[in-house]
Amino acid sequence: MTTFEQAASLARLHERVRLDRGTITGLLFGLLGVTLIAGVAPTIDSTTRQFNFERPPDPAGIRFHPPTWIITIGVLYLLTAALSLGSPAAQRWARLTRVLSALSFIPLTLVLSLALSDNAGTNVVNLLGQSLVLATPLALGATTGLWSERSGIINIGIEGTMLTSAGVGYMIYALLGNANSAFWLWFSIVIAILAGGLVAALHAVLSIRFEVNQIVSGVVINLFALGLTGFLRSEVIFKTGNTSGVSTSDIGLPLLSSIPVVGTQLFSGGPIYWMMYLVVFGTWLVMFRTPWGLRVRSCGENPHAAETLGINVLRIRYQSVILGGFIAGLGGAWFSMESQAGFDNNMTNAAGFIALAALIFGKWTPWGAFSGALLFGFSRALGTRLQFLGVEVSGFEIPSEFFQSLPFVVTLVVVAGAVGQSIPPAAAGQPFHRSK
Amino acid sequence: MRQLSKTDLGITGVSGQLHRFLTQAWRLQPLYVSLYAILLSFLIGGILISVIGVNPLTAYWALLRGMVGDGNKLAGSLARSVPFIGSALALAFAFRAGLFNIGAEGQLLAGGLTAAYVGALSWMGNLPGILTIPLILMAGTLGGAIWGGIPGVLRTKTGAHEVISTIMLNSVVLFVARWMVGSRDPVVLRDTESTVPRTKTISDTAVLPELVDSLPTLHFGLLALTGLCFVVAFINNRTSLGFEIQTVGLNPHAAHYAGMNVHRVIVLTMAASGAFAGLAAASEISGTSGYFQPGTFFLMGFDGIAIALLARTQPIAIIAASLLWGSMLSGAPLMQQEANMSIDVVRIIQALVLLFVAADAMVRYLFKVRKQDQSPFQANTIGATL
Repeated sequence: MTTFEQAASLARLHERVRLDRGTITGLLFGLLGVTLIAGVAPTIDSTTRQFNFERPPDPAGIRFHPPTWIITIGVLYLLTAALSLGSPAAQRWARLTRVLSALSFIPLTLVLSLALSDNAGTNVVNLLGQSLVLATPLALGATTGLWSERSGIINIGIEGTMLTSAGVGYMIYALLGNANSAFWLWFSIVIAILAGGLVAALHAVLSIRFEVNQIVSGVVINLFALGLTGFLRSEVIFKTGNTSGVSTSDIGLPLLSSIPVVGTQLFSGGPIYWMMYLVVFGTWLVMFRTPWGLRVRSCGENPHAAETLGINVLRIRYQSVILGGFIAGLGGAWFSMESQAGFDNNMTNAAGFIALAALIFGKWTPWGAFSGALLFGFSRALGTRLQFLGVEVSGFEIPSEFFQSLPFVVTLVVVAGAVGQSIPPAAAGQPFHRSK
Repeated sequence: MRQLSKTDLGITGVSGQLHRFLTQAWRLQPLYVSLYAILLSFLIGGILISVIGVNPLTAYWALLRGMVGDGNKLAGSLARSVPFIGSALALAFAFRAGLFNIGAEGQLLAGGLTAAYVGALSWMGNLPGILTIPLILMAGTLGGAIWGGIPGVLRTKTGAHEVISTIMLNSVVLFVARWMVGSRDPVVLRDTESTVPRTKTISDTAVLPELVDSLPTLHFGLLALTGLCFVVAFINNRTSLGFEIQTVGLNPHAAHYAGMNVHRVIVLTMAASGAFAGLAAASEISGTSGYFQPGTFFLMGFDGIAIALLARTQPIAIIAASLLWGSMLSGAPLMQQEANMSIDVVRIIQALVLLFVAADAMVRYLFKVRKQDQSPFQANTIGATL
C-alpha cells in the first residue's frame, strides 16, 4: 500500500468514526426496520388487500398480504443499516440501498394506509395519474426557480408570479367574453405566459438593476400579486360576468392512451400538463447541453470568472430570470385555465413555495426538481385519497391536515440535510458589479 | 440631441421644494425614502383608482375617515395595528443578526394557539386578572419563542437556511392549527358549540382590559407592544447582547474571533424574534377576538416584513409604520363602501410602498435624495450570511 492510499484509508476511517450523515441515516433506517418488523407487522390487520388498476366493480390489480410487504421493507431497511455501518468498501452499496429505502417510503405508506383502513383496495393507477397532474404547477414553478437561481438570482416570488399570471390570463379570457372558443382560450394562456415574464422582469430589474435584496423583492412580488389579482378579480372579472369559463380539454397520447385499463388514466391529460414534461426536458437540454446554458450556470456559480470569459453576466441573468417567468406564467395558466376554469383569490395556495421546496429537494437540478415536484404532487394526491379511505391508528383517524403538511415536513428534513446536503448555486443572492 | 434633464421634466421643482420643506420642518433624514415611498404609492394607487372610474380624492377621503374619522374608527385602527407591531418587530430584531425571519406568521399562529389554549383552561376563571393576563401573554410568548427557535437551532446545527425553514414551518403550523381548531373527532381545541372552526372563548379574567372605557376595541395590548418596541430599542442600542447581535449580523466570523458565541446568539435571536410575534398573537386573542381562528393571522408575517422595511428596522419607527399599516386596513372597508370599489386597492398601495422602500435607489433617483445611510436591506449586508 502506498503512502497515498494509506492516507486515503485513514481519512475514510476518520470520516466513519465522525458519524457522517450517511451513517446516521443508516442508523435511522435500522431503527425504523426493527420497528416495522417487530412492532408493526405482527399487530397489523393481515387481511389480503388489493392495489387496483381500474375503477370498481371487479377491478384488476395486485393482491397482497400487508405483513409480508411490511416485513420485506423492514428487511431492506435493516440491510441499509448494516451496509451503512459496514466497511468502507460497502459504502457504494450502502448509498444505493439508502436511495432504495427512501423510495420504498411510497409503497410503505400505501400498504400501511390501506391496511389501517377498512377498504379492501384502492386505485393506485388513478392515484399515480392524480399525482402527476398535481405535480404540474410544482414542476413548472420549480423550473422557474431553477432558471432564476442557477443564474444567481434567488426567487421566492414564484408564488406571486404564478398567481399574477393566473389572474391576468383569466381576466383576458373573461374580457374577451368569447367563451367556448379554443383560440381565445389559448390567446389568454399566451397572455398569462407573458404576464409571468413581466413579473419576472420586475424581479430582475429590482434585484439586478436596483440591487434590492432578492428575498425582499420576492416578498414584494408575492404581496403585490395578492393585491393586484384580488383587485382585478372584483373590478374586472366580476364586472364582465364571466366568472367561470371553459378549461382546456384533455389530450390523449396516441397509441399509449388506448392501452386497456391504464391508458386513459395515465396517458391522458391537459395540454399544459403535457407541456410541463416538454419544459422540464427542454430546461435540462438547454441548461446542460448548450453553451448558453453553461453560461447561465457559470453566472450563478462564479460570475466574475464568467465575466473574464467575455460573458455579459447581467444580460444572462435578465434572460434567465425572464425565461423562468414565462414558465411560471404557464404554471399560472394551469390554475385558472386547465385545473379550474375561473379565478379565485389566492388560488395558487402556496404552490410556489412548495415548488421552491421541490427545487431544494432536487438540489437545483432539472430532474431532481422534477422528482421533488412528483413527490409533493404525490403527497397532495395521497392526502386527498387517505381522507376518503379513512386511515385509523388504534381508533384515531389520521387527519388530512397531517398529510397536507407532509411536503413541508419533508422539505424541512431535506434542508436539514438528512438526505444529503443541498447546496445552492454559489453566487445566488449576491448582486454582481461589473469589473472596472 | 440634448437629453432631457430632470429640470426640464419639472421633477426637481416640486419634489425639491417638498424635500427642502421636510428638511427644515422636521429632522426626518433617515425616513425620507419611506415618506416619499408612501407618497408615490398613493399617487400610483390614485391613478389605478381613476382608471376604474372612481375619483381618487373621494376614495382617499373615505379611506382617511375610515382610519381616523371618529373615536371608534381611531380605536379600531389602533387595535388593528397592535399585532403588526409584533410581527414587524420579529423581523426587525432577527434582521440585526443577519437572519431573515419570514416565519412571523407561523410564530403568530403558534403563539395564538398556546395563548388560546391557556386562556380557555377551566381553572383560569378562578384566578384574578393580575395572574391570568400575564399567564396568557407568557403562554403566547413561549409558543412563539419555540416556533421561532426551531429555525434558529436548525440553522446552527445543520445549516438549514432560515428563510426556507421558516416558510416550511409556517405551513406546518397552519395545518396543525387547522386540525386542532377544526377537528371534532377527537376534539383538540375546538369549541364544539360553534359552527365555525375556532377555539373556546378564553375566560373573562384573561381578557386584556380596555385603555379607555368608552372605546371597547382599544385594549391594553397597544401599550404592551409599544413598550416592547422601546425595550427592543434599548437592547439594541444599550446592551452588550444588542452589540453581539449586531456584530453577528455584520460579520459572523469577526464575532466568532471576538469570542462571541455565534450559535447562541442566532438561536437566542430567533427565539426572541418568535417570542415578539407570539406576544402579539396573545394580545390579539386576549384583547380583541377572545378565541383563536387560523385565518386571523393570514398574511401578517408578510405585512410585518413590509412594515419593518418601511421603518428601516428601527423599533420606534415600527410603531408609526404599524399604525399606518393597520389603520389603512382598518379604514379600507369604508372606502369600499363609499367609493364602491375593491378593498384590494389598499393591498396594492401597501405592496407599492414596500416596493419603493425596498428599491430605495429608485426613490432616491426620482426625488434626488442623497444616500447618507446604508440601507439595511441592501443585499450585501444580509448576503453575508446567506
